[in-house]
Amino acid sequence: MAQRIEVKGLDVYYGSFRAVADVSMVIEPRSVTALIGPSGCGKSTFLRTLNRMHEVVPGARVDGTVLVDGVDLYDPAVDPVAVRRQIGMVFQRPNPFPTMSIAENVLAGVRLNDRRISKADAADLVERSLRAANLWKEVKDRLDRPGASLSGGQQQRLCIARAIAVQPQVLLMDEPASALDPISTLAIEDLIAQLKDEYTIVIVTHNMQQAARVSDRTAFFNVAEAGEPGRLVEIDDTSVVFSTPRHKATEDYISGRFG
Amino acid sequence: MSAVAGRGAAQGVAGGATTTLRRTRRADLGGRAFRGLAVGSGALILAMLAAVAGFLLLEAAPALTASPAELAALSWMPDDGSLWRYVGPLAFGTVLAAVLALGLAVPVSVGIALFISHYAPRRLADVLGSLVDLLAAIPSVVYGLWGALWLAPRLQGPWAWLADHLGFVPLFAGPASTPPRVMATVGVVLAVMVLPIVTAVSREVFLATPRLHEEAALALGATRWEMVRMAVLPFGRSGVVSAAMLGLGRALGETMAVLMILGPGLTYSLALLQVGRHQTIAANVALQFPEANALGVSALIATGLVLFVITLAVNSAARWVVARRAVGGAR
Amino acid sequence: MAATPGLAEAAGRAVAPVRPGPTTWELLTRPDRRRRAVDRAMRVVVTGAFAVAMVPLVSLVWIVVARGAERLSPYFLAVSMRGVHGGMDAGGIHHAIVGTLLVTGAAALVAVPVGVLAAVHLVEYGRGPLARAVTFFVDVMTGIPSIVAGLFAYALFALLLGPGVRMGAVGAVALAVLMIPVVVRSTEEMLRLVPHELREAALALGVPHWRMVVKVVLRTAAGGIVTGVMLAVARVVGETAPLLVTVGVVDSINRDLFEGRMMTLPVFIFRQYSQGLVPCRPDQLDCVPTVNLDRAWAAALVLVVLVLLLNLLARLVARRFAPAAGR
Repeated sequence: MAQRIEVKGLDVYYGSFRAVADVSMVIEPRSVTALIGPSGCGKSTFLRTLNRMHEVVPGARVDGTVLVDGVDLYDPAVDPVAVRRQIGMVFQRPNPFPTMSIAENVLAGVRLNDRRISKADAADLVERSLRAANLWKEVKDRLDRPGASLSGGQQQRLCIARAIAVQPQVLLMDEPASALDPISTLAIEDLIAQLKDEYTIVIVTHNMQQAARVSDRTAFFNVAEAGEPGRLVEIDDTSVVFSTPRHKATEDYISGRFG
Repeated sequence: MSAVAGRGAAQGVAGGATTTLRRTRRADLGGRAFRGLAVGSGALILAMLAAVAGFLLLEAAPALTASPAELAALSWMPDDGSLWRYVGPLAFGTVLAAVLALGLAVPVSVGIALFISHYAPRRLADVLGSLVDLLAAIPSVVYGLWGALWLAPRLQGPWAWLADHLGFVPLFAGPASTPPRVMATVGVVLAVMVLPIVTAVSREVFLATPRLHEEAALALGATRWEMVRMAVLPFGRSGVVSAAMLGLGRALGETMAVLMILGPGLTYSLALLQVGRHQTIAANVALQFPEANALGVSALIATGLVLFVITLAVNSAARWVVARRAVGGAR
Repeated sequence: MAATPGLAEAAGRAVAPVRPGPTTWELLTRPDRRRRAVDRAMRVVVTGAFAVAMVPLVSLVWIVVARGAERLSPYFLAVSMRGVHGGMDAGGIHHAIVGTLLVTGAAALVAVPVGVLAAVHLVEYGRGPLARAVTFFVDVMTGIPSIVAGLFAYALFALLLGPGVRMGAVGAVALAVLMIPVVVRSTEEMLRLVPHELREAALALGVPHWRMVVKVVLRTAAGGIVTGVMLAVARVVGETAPLLVTVGVVDSINRDLFEGRMMTLPVFIFRQYSQGLVPCRPDQLDCVPTVNLDRAWAAALVLVVLVLLLNLLARLVARRFAPAAGR
């Protein structure tokens, strides 16, 4: 189910502006890879190129290759819609569909592919996805209430349930806990630790303690100055990056000297 | 609040020399006069609206109180001289024309609005939007001219085809009249006229769809259309409803295009392709007014009052929908 | 932790019912045919809707220009219809242009001060029941059908001066009723855009409130207000129905708003259209059967150009003054 991702020489452009330059890394299956770095270093932009979500912005394009299980995501034969179905995404701010109930939100992605899913199967899938997102116990009695009626942390877990209900191979998370309170943040972190048995997870975070807590490997991005492209400085096992980083910039950043 | 601040500032200066004091008093006078003017203008608007209703009622009174025999003397009144029997088919025609126009315009408008907000290239979107807005600037009498002389001859074929193949539907009952000075043609022209309003409002609500929800749909592997269906349309639905109501209000009161195209008649017929079946209140007033005698004018003003009430109801309903949406959005 | 085995089972069941699951290449390159077809179809439908809307715009502009240019000439603009009858190859719209300018100008003269001051009342002084009522009734006025505004103006003057009055001033009142809500709305919007700091800065200098409104608020918003007024004028200049019932029709030039009927451009178009084709005898050399319709098209061209120019000018003013309002 989980897949290995291999990025080679990736550049990201917005129009003529190069936002990210020359990123190469390997992301192992069934692991959590954290992307850290100061604001504007391109880590979120890079994350979005892993499921072609950056294409939503007009004028955005990439050079280089992203191989998922050996298949280049940017091969002309590859369909971006299919890519996003296989590589799910959770956003910074929880974004359940406001007009849908909790159950409908979970099923939103599934219904796209299988409109005639039976009632029993649907109920089954809702329960499984919500259980996997650690939300089932809290919402099982109000599945037909609007998704927007939940608290922020619950909404974010609902979004995770929605993302895993379509059974993707990879889960991308763009600062999933930055808009949440500390208790909800812990709940999300526990959830990430459970999900990595099933999925390849890539998470962008501003919070270095969070990176240290949840990730197996950590990639540090940096930007020399505004207007320059962001670059990957180093990627290694999280314990190595946080204890004996190879670069001075990494050490400065994780010890809180900038950023 | 700001008025209080102004008074406070004036008092602050008043503590100075006598010249300042005098100027302040003069300023105060000016302030009162200016404020009076502003308040007066507001009050004038209220007075005007009351006057619209009041004067229309006053002028309609002779017809409302006239005996059926007197009214029956008017050449275009029904024989029994009943004002209600006269207004009925007119009101029916008015509503029929507006609903028909809206039925044609709303789906197209929603399509255009989606095209501009979510399909057209960003740079083109503004230009394309103002092209549609241009349609709103064209005077209704020019639409009438275009509808009667350019469009109507070209609709003859389609209407005949509809009557031949779908004639069993009451709306398309044949034979299709030639030249097609019929309700269906009027409906098409009115649809073009309300298109810009409905499009402009729908476009705004579609553009206001939160990016978060659009991205949520795309990240689940939705195609562009599925994204529109999951995120954009549910968000914009009530906005489209109020846009449609605004368009309805516009179509109800349209005079010239109807007057110049429709071959009038006073029945409750649904046959859109037959001439001499329908007439609207507004077009009827414009048609009969120049030749009407005192009682005739009075009767026509009475029908104008009915139109006023209908549009008032529709516009209030539109505003109610908008207000409800504002409350719903805050949730 | 407890949840994961269940999920794995579910995944296995859903993705691979019998044979081993599809490869990644298959998953990423084989989109659902039906969904893709629906997506493409909807793209065509939506683009088609836009194309459909362009048909009336293009055809209308084209025919107005093509048919209107035939008869449009300096002569056509310079003469009235006085003494023109039958299929005579003569006559013009001078009287209608004079009438339109006078009636619309008079309407603006009433509507602009009332509308702007009412907006000032709403923004600067308005909190009480009067302001709420004005806001509500301006909304209501926006929806008044133009013919009802005409009937109102007629009724008003009929009560004052007796029945059957037809003169320019009545039409001006009708147009003013239609203009006022537009002016109020746009002015109100512009006044609310004036930054609060600007007002406070002026008040802090000891300027009386009303002078602050005149010198700071109105001056800052001037560009926007002018734009709104021009758009309002553009809207009523093409109004036909209210003028038909209040100002009537006439063939010669009348410059007096308070005496007698007046011709206006939109009513001229309607009048010529409704007179239709002229029956000409074969031996009549100067008889043009379509002359009435030709005149209608030419007048329509003049009216459309006038309205579009007003719109264009309004946009230019808006663009010119936009940075000033932002500052």
